[in-house]
Amino acid sequence: MTAYIIRRLIYGALVLVGVNVLTFALFFFVNSPDDVARAQLGAKRVTPEAVEKWKRERGYHKPLFLNEKESGIGRVTETVFFDKSVRLFVFDFGASDQGRNIGYDISTRMWPSLAVQVPAFVIGLAVYITFALLMAFFRATYIDFWGVVLCVLMMSISALFYIIGGQFIFGKLWNLVPISGYDGGFDAIKFLIVPVLIGVISGIGGNARWYRTIFLEEINKDYVRTARAKGLSEVRVLFRHVLQNAMIPILTGVVVVIPLLFMGALITESFFGIPGLGSYTIDAISQQDFAIVRAMVFLGSVLYIIGLILTDISYTLVDPRVRFT
Amino acid sequence: MMPFRFEWLWSDALVWLLVAGAVGLALYTRVRPHLRAPWARVARSSSGMAAATVLVPFVLVGLLDSLHYRAALPSQDGKVAYATAVRSVLDLALEPLRATREKTYSAPFATHLYTKETVQLPDGREARVYPRLRHGGAHLADPHADRGRDVALRAFRGLAFAVVLWLVVVIGVCAMRARHTAADIESVWRDIWRGRSNVPWRAVFCALGLMGVVIGPVMALAPHYHVLGTDKVGQDVLYQALKSIRTGLVIGTLATLVMLPFALVLGVMAGYFKGRVDDAIQYLYTTLSSIPGVLLIAAAVLMMQVYIENHPELFPSTEIRADVRLLALCVILGVTSWTGLCRLLRGEVLKLREMEYIQAAHAFGVSHWRIMMRHLTPNVMHIVMIALVMDFSGLVLAEAVLSYVGVGVDPSMISFGTMINSARLEMAREPMVWWSLAAAFIFMLTLVLAANLFADSVRDAFDPRLIIEGGRP
Repeated sequence: MTAYIIRRLIYGALVLVGVNVLTFALFFFVNSPDDVARAQLGAKRVTPEAVEKWKRERGYHKPLFLNEKESGIGRVTETVFFDKSVRLFVFDFGASDQGRNIGYDISTRMWPSLAVQVPAFVIGLAVYITFALLMAFFRATYIDFWGVVLCVLMMSISALFYIIGGQFIFGKLWNLVPISGYDGGFDAIKFLIVPVLIGVISGIGGNARWYRTIFLEEINKDYVRTARAKGLSEVRVLFRHVLQNAMIPILTGVVVVIPLLFMGALITESFFGIPGLGSYTIDAISQQDFAIVRAMVFLGSVLYIIGLILTDISYTLVDPRVRFT
Repeated sequence: MMPFRFEWLWSDALVWLLVAGAVGLALYTRVRPHLRAPWARVARSSSGMAAATVLVPFVLVGLLDSLHYRAALPSQDGKVAYATAVRSVLDLALEPLRATREKTYSAPFATHLYTKETVQLPDGREARVYPRLRHGGAHLADPHADRGRDVALRAFRGLAFAVVLWLVVVIGVCAMRARHTAADIESVWRDIWRGRSNVPWRAVFCALGLMGVVIGPVMALAPHYHVLGTDKVGQDVLYQALKSIRTGLVIGTLATLVMLPFALVLGVMAGYFKGRVDDAIQYLYTTLSSIPGVLLIAAAVLMMQVYIENHPELFPSTEIRADVRLLALCVILGVTSWTGLCRLLRGEVLKLREMEYIQAAHAFGVSHWRIMMRHLTPNVMHIVMIALVMDFSGLVLAEAVLSYVGVGVDPSMISFGTMINSARLEMAREPMVWWSLAAAFIFMLTLVLAANLFADSVRDAFDPRLIIEGGRP
């Protein structure tokens, strides 16, 4: 098991190298730093001095891969590639194009993101699985049929409408909660309820239907027939046997997103004015702050790879037959 | 001299290429019973057929909007000059909607603007009033007294027309079925009505009827009123919603078309060759899929924006720039989303390559290329077909989100995303402007819901696992 995890970690590092090269190519080859500077400074009316100044302030003035002016190790380290790409591996995100420290921003902004995402994730999972089990329990009846119809209807609505609608109903129509904003400590709850609720509701359609398919696949298997033949009640069959055996497909989809909860919910956060990583990313995109976008791409890949490894480990926890060598 | 000149935008060309491909595929499938069988199963599903019926007008609107032209300008010296503005055939059909611009916001069916304006009264005084609209309800002498009656009358006329048309279609279909089966019309109708026909015509007729009830009155009212109101610059919202359809359809279809070659070639190769090739391809798609989708798309689109800003000479007009951006967005969406299908195909090919018929092909000395082309690819096509239709609705929804984030289509291009984006600010107005959002909601919901239902029935028909187990789960 340990050897397996170490191998997976090495593979993960290799994938990160790939991500790094890919983002570097995307950000520095498609357009040279000069092009980016010109676009940021305002098209054609820009002087070469202004471009040079812009690049120098943000550290893009160095050569891309090999610095001929330096000697020794400096030939490699005093380059854009080393500064902007290699340093990411030790989570040294550097400064944003606006000059702020990205590492510090991320460490302060991850907490509001987690405060929205973790409750939404936990409550959501419980709600989706309950709904799916109910539909599986009432399978081939009108309850199941209309449940599926409702699911398809709900998954056909854009997430944007859930957010706009929720904000309108709870914030404006019923005046239950402030429309947007955030506060530290327990005051945060009144700002968090609606985003969490919307996060859960917007996912019901797709998720409940997905889990229902998983359960129905299990329900036709022989061990379920055996359990029924033993005289177990349908509820017991569903919750003890089917749910447990459906754990592997459920975990496959669920565990991998747990680390990504850090990244926050892009649109929800910007709509509700929650100062998390999601709204941070959106702001960076709208201000064209490429340093932050690069940092978030790298962070996202790291978290995804952690999620993949956690998924493998979780298999061994729910199913003793799974062994990795 | 031609009164117009066709203007082929890149996306138009690809859309019509896609149509040609679909027609070709349909003709190819028609004469091959084993390929026809799953489509026949789709045709027997009532939800699938109803959804397809709803999708047809959307596709028609999208196709009409993909025929662009530039009108000829009246010229004195006999030389032909064409207007700079690129219009589509849909614009031509919707001329009464496009040309009737108001000053700013007006509510659905309104006869007056939504905001007060200072106007000069005949006696020289100034007053703050809601001015009359230039076009909406302009034919009414006394809007307050006449509007309700006028709207009801026109709606009724539209409805009556729709009902007549519906009856003609129903009777026509029944007559055709009757001639085909040598039964009398009445018994054919009875069979259809009781749901005993092979193709679920009842569902099709119901969907047609529902659409007629909505479209008929709207078509009768649209030339005289702004049925869904107007937006900030006074443009008709119904027109915008109809124009958005093409953007959604183009993204939903072209992005999957871009994704397909990557997924198919790499997936089949990974599964067939195993070993080193498989490792390399797996590494490639793990790397790509490890980057959160929105961020990768955002990064690519931002870079594309910088490129467009630095090379203005390549994009002579707004339409062309918007069109290239739309295409680039499709390419980016395709390149970032092939990993899922590739993984599925790899898994399936890994299973298929161990089957006897592949081993037999090996023994006969068939080349790798030929085995992959003739023996493996046709046998994974059902997975491709399912992925194609399942991805469509997701892409339509993604467009809205991406446009909201600011990495979607060009801001000058009308799409559901840009509609929602501008409507978001209107929600905060007092009194609220809700109709843009409502229009985008209704159109998107109808399109995506129909696409989802159709995709479900296609999946049920193509997935061999479900068929063996006796129909739907």
